[in-house]
Amino acid sequence: MIWNVRKGRAGRTKEVAWRASALLRPGSKALVLLIASAAMPAWAQNQAPAGMALIPAGVYRPLVRDATEPKEVPVKAFYLDRLPVTVGDYLQFVRANPRWQRSQVQRIFADESYLKDWSGDLEPGTNTATDAPVTYVSWFGAKDFARWKGKRLPSVAEWEHAASASSTRPDGENDPAFKHQVLQWYITPNSSLPGVGTRPANFWGVRDLHGLVWEWVLDFNSVMLTGDSRADSGGLERGLFCGAGSQSAKDAADYPAFMRFGFRTSLEANYCIHNLGFRCAKDL
Amino acid sequence: MISLTWIKAPWAVMCKRRGVITKESAAKKVKTNIVKIFGVVALTAGAHTLWGAQVASNFMDGTEIGGEENALLGKAPNVPPPITRKHPAKVIVNLEVKEITKRLADGVEYNFWTFGGDVPGSFIRIREGDLVEFHLNNNQNNKMPHNIDLHAVTGPGGGAAASFTAPGHSSQFSFTASTPGLYVYHCATAPVGMHVGNGMYGLILVEPKEGLPPVDHEYYVMQGEFYTGGKFGEPGLQSFDEDKAIDERPSYVVFNGAVGSLTGNNALTARVGDRIRLFLGNGGPNLSSSFHVIGTIFDTVYPEGGSAATRHVQTTAVPPGGAAIVEFTATVPGDYALVDHSLFRAFNKGAVGTITVSGPENKAVYSGKQSDNVYTGEPITNVPVVVSATPQNQVEVPNLALNLREQYARGRAVYSQTCFVCHQPSGLGVPGQIPPLAKSDVLMGDTAGVIRGVLQGRSGELTVNGKKYNGIMIPFGNLSDQQIADVLTFARNTWGNSDTNALTSAEVQAARKGAPATLATNPFE
Repeated sequence: MIWNVRKGRAGRTKEVAWRASALLRPGSKALVLLIASAAMPAWAQNQAPAGMALIPAGVYRPLVRDATEPKEVPVKAFYLDRLPVTVGDYLQFVRANPRWQRSQVQRIFADESYLKDWSGDLEPGTNTATDAPVTYVSWFGAKDFARWKGKRLPSVAEWEHAASASSTRPDGENDPAFKHQVLQWYITPNSSLPGVGTRPANFWGVRDLHGLVWEWVLDFNSVMLTGDSRADSGGLERGLFCGAGSQSAKDAADYPAFMRFGFRTSLEANYCIHNLGFRCAKDL
Repeated sequence: MISLTWIKAPWAVMCKRRGVITKESAAKKVKTNIVKIFGVVALTAGAHTLWGAQVASNFMDGTEIGGEENALLGKAPNVPPPITRKHPAKVIVNLEVKEITKRLADGVEYNFWTFGGDVPGSFIRIREGDLVEFHLNNNQNNKMPHNIDLHAVTGPGGGAAASFTAPGHSSQFSFTASTPGLYVYHCATAPVGMHVGNGMYGLILVEPKEGLPPVDHEYYVMQGEFYTGGKFGEPGLQSFDEDKAIDERPSYVVFNGAVGSLTGNNALTARVGDRIRLFLGNGGPNLSSSFHVIGTIFDTVYPEGGSAATRHVQTTAVPPGGAAIVEFTATVPGDYALVDHSLFRAFNKGAVGTITVSGPENKAVYSGKQSDNVYTGEPITNVPVVVSATPQNQVEVPNLALNLREQYARGRAVYSQTCFVCHQPSGLGVPGQIPPLAKSDVLMGDTAGVIRGVLQGRSGELTVNGKKYNGIMIPFGNLSDQQIADVLTFARNTWGNSDTNALTSAEVQAARKGAPATLATNPFE
């Protein structure tokens, strides 16, 4: 069967179950769960570290690429945090790593906005709930947090692969209603952030990939080309402005994807931004 | 004339010490035209540079950059005053991008993306030859990165590449305003149509060295369309609808970012005899505007915002990403409607504004209505004819009670303003296209249905007196309950029709409760 070739070993069973159930009775969620729980081996469920979900292997198709890049990027199975890193999590990190406290951090690793909404080095402040996603953190900070946890940041391909699942299906990117919902979040301004985990989990059991904050990824600035894509006239910069933006895109109508890539392209590694947080990943 | 003696004046010395010639001080010396500056954000105070007599002598030749100042920004419909200095300067522009929720129409809100908090964005006025230091500031609460492409800039992306900015950051780039004209600026971040469709556009005027001819009023009007999930007027918070945008099916086409931005209390104003200049822009993102001011002829149009002037224009095309300057003179008092002459946009989607001109009447230019008589459709010739003592063209006298005659007369007035264009003065309609009202089984049939037809319009197949019609009647919910009762009473008692029961406004009101909201005013009355 095709999916046996494409998908990795771990987590394959859940997708197999989903496909099987779709054959029997499309859209029957109860049936999905029934078959999934019966068919998934105990080792796959038990191996995921606490707070992480197993994301099965798959294929990621980049939105924009140049002629030398592959149309499809294989993604190995990996573990992904079920929730974004919270203010409380990050507080533990800066306690254990004083060089990441607000007054200690070096500017090349985090700009002036680093932990801007905190009231002190170890005080998140009255406006910042401990269960809110931590934001105003740099890529360096996020990366070091992950290292401290024995994890790493997900790659663009991994993040996009995990985030393409809606709450009911692994290929949410093919569901116009899901895309519309994601786009609505991108459009809506927000100045305060609610706590993590209040929205429904997606098909893989991961929450808040959409609808809460943007998230750092490991290779945020090398999605299209290696190096600094902004300085490369053949890369993202040319592709993302005005009408030219659609020329090299796989799907010019995939506005949510455009917006994610646009956002990532605007970043430098020491930027700290109100609506930008992160979560961690881990190899199997 | 700017000269060195001018520097010696006490106020000039003060300005020199502060290092800047303010707009206000310059305006005292150079009398030009009267311009409304309400709403203009004056930013001159606080600018600092070092220039003195040496620089002052340089700018006499009109080419050297002299001095530094912060640009004046205009909040639509207002425009910063004309630039009075006779030399180019370094001009600093600070523009903040804000993603905000604001009114799109009564009861309707929209998530706008803006340059400066408003749609259209702040009006930037600079002079030919100015060196512009541009700062694009992306508010920290914004979700999106943004940039700016100014059509006045010569260089890749018009500044877009140099101004791509993450939320909570600020980008700087500089350009020389080499070519005079009126230019659109807009965000060019992918997906660009969405950034523009959410309101990210405005105008920048590069005023020619010699300035523009003086006028009495300058206003800033910019068209744009909005693609909302809900239909026109559907209440609540509306957001960008990707499918409608790609299909180019906007729910709203408006001037200055909202329905009613230029009507009612927000109408533009002028006095009889005033010369008015409109800086027109079209943000689009998709639709070209056929800009027209009902009841006036533009004296001068600078098409595309360029330097060539065209005289005596009725309607001027303003494409998305384009601009035009139009000038006209207010001669006769009254309200003048600004419209996109693609009329369904004006009638059904909000593309209407008003200029209210006050002052004395000029009956020689425009008489107003001089008479209103019954016209029966008999041919009129210029040849005098002898008529018999008994009039042949007997006016139809309806079989109505005396107390309803007044209602009948009012209804006739409504009919002659609103209905006769299609249904004809004869009530016979147009064969095969517009159904007749004369001896019409539909008109004389179900009263509630007839009222609904007027309120909501009709489309699709309709059989009248055994003949099939398949046209569209637009809704006339803009008429009052009483007007509809009157006009139907008139129609049902004319052209051989007879219905001794007059309609009441209560009947119309009852039918209206089930009808959807339509435009509150008819812009063509």
